[in-house]
Amino acid sequence: MIALVAMFAIYNVIVYTQGTSNSTPKMSEKALKGEQLYQENNCTACHQFYGLGGYLGPDLTNIISNKYKGPTYVNAFLNSGIKSMPQFNFTEEEKDALVQFLTEVDQTGYYPIKDAEKEANGWVRIKYKNQ
Amino acid sequence: MKKTSFIFIVLSLLALIAGAIFGALAGIQYVKPDFLKEVIAFNKMRPFHVSTVLGWIILCSTGGIYYYITEVLKLNLFSKKLAGVHLVLFILCAIAIYVSFATGKMGGREYFAYAPIISLPILFGWILFGINYFKTVVKQIKGWPVYLWMWGTGIAFMIYHLGETNFWMIPYFRENFIKDFTIQWKSYGSLAGCWNMLVYGTAIFLMSRIKNDDNIGKGKKAFFFYFLGLFNLMLGWAHHTYIVPTQPWVRFLSYGVSMTEWIILISIIIDWKKSLSAEKKKLNNMSYKFLMATDFWVFFNLIVALLISIPYINLFTHGTHITVAHSMGTTIGINTTILLASVFYIVNLEDKVQLNKHIKILKLGYWVFNISLGVFLTCLLLGGVEKSVWMYFTDKPSSFGQMQDKIQPYMYVFLTAGFGLLIGILIVASPMLNILVRKYKHST
Ligand code: HEC
Repeated sequence: MIALVAMFAIYNVIVYTQGTSNSTPKMSEKALKGEQLYQENNCTACHQFYGLGGYLGPDLTNIISNKYKGPTYVNAFLNSGIKSMPQFNFTEEEKDALVQFLTEVDQTGYYPIKDAEKEANGWVRIKYKNQ
Repeated sequence: MKKTSFIFIVLSLLALIAGAIFGALAGIQYVKPDFLKEVIAFNKMRPFHVSTVLGWIILCSTGGIYYYITEVLKLNLFSKKLAGVHLVLFILCAIAIYVSFATGKMGGREYFAYAPIISLPILFGWILFGINYFKTVVKQIKGWPVYLWMWGTGIAFMIYHLGETNFWMIPYFRENFIKDFTIQWKSYGSLAGCWNMLVYGTAIFLMSRIKNDDNIGKGKKAFFFYFLGLFNLMLGWAHHTYIVPTQPWVRFLSYGVSMTEWIILISIIIDWKKSLSAEKKKLNNMSYKFLMATDFWVFFNLIVALLISIPYINLFTHGTHITVAHSMGTTIGINTTILLASVFYIVNLEDKVQLNKHIKILKLGYWVFNISLGVFLTCLLLGGVEKSVWMYFTDKPSSFGQMQDKIQPYMYVFLTAGFGLLIGILIVASPMLNILVRKYKHST
């Protein structure tokens, strides 16, 4: 039993450090403010990052780098109250923070990955940004 | 002590009904975006639904465990007072959670959308439960059957992983989006493993009692599966994050661990063949009947879960309604059927005569529930396939809205089936609520 607990503890520490390490820079203050707004308004009830989240709205992982969308488009969308999206009343500053948050999320990777490398053992090699 | 267990169970049944109502309302919002938008928009309705149904699973398994260790195993509870505090604490947390949603003061983490401070008293409640459970069981029982290990494991790991869901408040995690996001999903995967320990432990306990066979919870095979489950609880979570850019070994390890569950599937098929001549006379027993339904849904869900845990397939199913079919299939098809079986078992012990008066309507409810669930899950799977085709197999990109319009017909059937589920739940839960409330008044 003690051995099992010890192994689990070591596994956790490795996951928290090396296992989830990545080369994206720390989030800026502004982005963190945006993330807080994202949470307080529970955007995740409808939206996804990396395919995780709610299903009523589109995934937002790469919306900023999407050549048809991008920051101006997002900014205009936020208070639009379109379809099921609630009628938010964000200030300019808040909209900026949300856009900054989405921009920094976009820098962390790709989703969906259309051209992932598939291997014979069922494994899929994903693509990384910043490498 | 009976009274405390009864309150847990009565509250859990109320949560099941309320949770199903919130679910049905959220379902309407899926097809009619303007429905109740001004009053409770979907970003509030969804947490109301999720937290309430999770409340059902937690309160019902907790109430069951208190009841089984004191009333069936006849152990002296270490402290009734502690159990009372646990109950009051959870009721206060439930109220606080609803207030947090209603006033819009949300933490907004998926599944834990309430104000994060409420996590503290919840965690404290689990610690009290843990102290009471271990202090009661360790002294009085030597050579634990597997269900006692499962309950203990579920409680202990619940305490750890509930803590882990709040790591995002530590800057080290929060500042790195990928780290934070991955650990969030690690904790969720493992938390599901924890309540599964509580619920599956209950299933094994019930089987050993209904079949009157103590060996069901003992022996090498039972413990083999316990360790397999534990292994998956600890290491299997990363199959939720195959496409999140973390170090590949974390996800690959998870892939390997997840695949060990094929053993469970094969074992179920072998056992099924053996028990084909199952004693039909037990079919009148509602508890047994619901466990048979569990058997069926386990089979269905295990196949789905195993397939979508293969990264190659996961690539296409991830982020679609197929994942929802998996989560709804396990929480409704498996957890809820086991917990309803548990409540039936208790009600049957308490007042067989009353329960038997309702047997016809209960059987009707049973079929409404299971058939609705079948339709419900089929719609999600079909909707998921459409979304996957939209994401990966169409050359000309159409908008998200166009894709949604395309799956709208499935969503209408899905909504209807959701109402079917609600009706099935009402039919099954109401007589039991009635009996339990009456029994509560007469118990000590
Ligand atoms: C009740 C569900 C819901 C909530 C909550 C919600 N959204 Fe939306 N959102 C939608 C829907 C639906 C669309 C897509 C509308 C359409 O184009 O059909 C959308 C679209 C968007 C878009 C444009 C996406 C694209 O690809 O065109 C952005 C950006 C966005 N939402 C951001 C947010 C943010 C930020 C929040 C939280 C502050 C939020 N949303 C909360 C439902 C929601």
